[in-house]
Amino acid sequence: MRRAVGSGLLATGLLLPFIPLLLWAVAGDFRYPAVVPELSGRGLDMIFDRAVLDALLTSLTIAGVVAVLAAVIGAGAGRALGLYAFRGRRFVQFLLLAPAIVPTLAVTLGIQVYFIRYGLADSVAGVVLVQLIPTVPYVSLVMASAFANFDVESEDAARVLGAGPLRRLILVTVPAVGPGLVVAALFAFLISWSEYILTLLIGGGVVRTLPLLLFAEIGSADLPAAAALSLVIALPPLLLVALTSRLLTGGTPVAVGMRRL
Amino acid sequence: MPQPSTSVDLRVTGLRVAYQRGTTVVDDVDLGVAANTLTALLGPSGCGKTTLLKTVAGLLTPETGDVRIGGTSVLDLPAERRPVGLVFQKPLLFGHLSVGDNVGFGLRMRGVPKPARRRRAAEMLDLVGLPDLARCRVEELSGGQEQRVALARAMVLDPKVLLLDEPFSQLDADLRSRMRELLRRLQRELAITTLFVTHDQQEAVEVADAIALMLDGRIEAQGRPADFFTAPATLRAARFFGATNEIPGTLSGTEFCCALGTLRVAAGGRDGSSLLIVRPEALRLGNPAPATSEQPNTVPVTVIDVRYRGTHQSVRLRCPVETILAATVPSALRLEVGEQMALRLPPDSCRVFPAEHPQGEDQPGEDQPGEDSKRAGQPVAPERTERSHA
Repeated sequence: MRRAVGSGLLATGLLLPFIPLLLWAVAGDFRYPAVVPELSGRGLDMIFDRAVLDALLTSLTIAGVVAVLAAVIGAGAGRALGLYAFRGRRFVQFLLLAPAIVPTLAVTLGIQVYFIRYGLADSVAGVVLVQLIPTVPYVSLVMASAFANFDVESEDAARVLGAGPLRRLILVTVPAVGPGLVVAALFAFLISWSEYILTLLIGGGVVRTLPLLLFAEIGSADLPAAAALSLVIALPPLLLVALTSRLLTGGTPVAVGMRRL
Repeated sequence: MPQPSTSVDLRVTGLRVAYQRGTTVVDDVDLGVAANTLTALLGPSGCGKTTLLKTVAGLLTPETGDVRIGGTSVLDLPAERRPVGLVFQKPLLFGHLSVGDNVGFGLRMRGVPKPARRRRAAEMLDLVGLPDLARCRVEELSGGQEQRVALARAMVLDPKVLLLDEPFSQLDADLRSRMRELLRRLQRELAITTLFVTHDQQEAVEVADAIALMLDGRIEAQGRPADFFTAPATLRAARFFGATNEIPGTLSGTEFCCALGTLRVAAGGRDGSSLLIVRPEALRLGNPAPATSEQPNTVPVTVIDVRYRGTHQSVRLRCPVETILAATVPSALRLEVGEQMALRLPPDSCRVFPAEHPQGEDQPGEDQPGEDSKRAGQPVAPERTERSHA
């Protein structure tokens, strides 16, 4: 019973902000005395605009690639941090966390020059690269926790049983830290998905992701269009979280690891 | 049922293993395990036992030396292709696989098809006394069951040599002794040459055909378990096995001249400044003899402490000239503190070793096995005398 009330409250809290969005998205004219807007398909039509679909594709590509790359890089860093006590471990840990502490805007303004110099500015590759800055720290942290619960001697056990390096990775290590890896990649995807400033600075307006379009619409005060776009932005992450929620809660190794964080 | 493999021996020669920073962990180790036998590699923690075991398994690479299985060097084989099974201190089962799939893991690596794998895994689980658990999840197992699955997982591959790294040390005493019996039975049935690492002297004595004592990265002594009690090869081996009475003196032939007078001792010592070692249970405590008849190797003693231990009593005895000895006597013997007794030191039980340092009695005590060790035989420190009188 209490559980049902709790999840009910949670669902309400999560869904409440969507109500004005939904109303605005279907509104044509929606001014003060009106409680229900005058319906219009303009906002929803906009979703199927060519520019929006292109931006959706760009966003999905960038977030997907960032998630995979950050997961691979962060898994390596997390393994080192979670398993081994080495000289300078604290320093590496700090270095990895630095992007989460220092405002990314400051960092990006500093390195933008180099992106231009090496021809990475105004390109999807450049945007992917710059988005690794805020994502890798989170992935490393999650993976460090996942690896802290992993007994690295399991790899030795598998080795003596005849498993080579690749099979040890695929059959022993990845299954053991897999749930953590999924969560970490999800984090990276979500951060990348809603990133605005880095994309704008390095992408130079040439690489257009959904948040860029959204900010443009908000700037033009076209609220129905902005609301419709917001829905497009909000849905994919919600779907992803729903698909992976089983991993985040309950007694899975990841959930246990997350609580330790 | 797996057939007993044609047995081979394990031989380690001149093995030296060091970690990067130049610390040598295993130094010039020679070790032999005869075919079909179980040798216990015994030593205190940190003496290099596990390093030696991992080197035999191929998980570590030695600087020099050789590891031969059945006369063939296996140093060129990576760990994944060596004909050895290894059971770790922790079970290290794969949590995402069922119990049966854990046992079948090694067969899967060899490309054995699934039905055959299932059958062999079930047979092995039967053998370790866990039938019908093949479908269980790993987290449903108890500690003892986990270690038995780990044993089955290692043995299913029919290894020529089985290596065990303190596999039962995390189990409680009762379970540990049952696991030892299981291991012993399996080892005999399957006739596997086995090297069993342990820090528990009692465990080594109970389970092994032979014991190799390892101290500070070297093999200190090797032999049958009984040898370590009746005829220890070295002073440190004698001390590790609880021969706690040490009397400094000088040896010439079989006569040992010390503070207690001249004692007859077992042959084999080297003349000169020496230490006499005698086990507490070898000492014979009796009523004081009449002053007229002088008994050989007998000294008058005063009982200063009696501890009842159920099956026996531990007694501390003060000899003349500031020497305290520990003796183990039958629990039926009635003793009073302060009582005068006669103590006989049987010559055969008195082993003499060269004094290694000018102050042989200042040896560090880390090699002593556990809490039950009774140090005695040193010149009496004043505070100790006071305490025993209190």
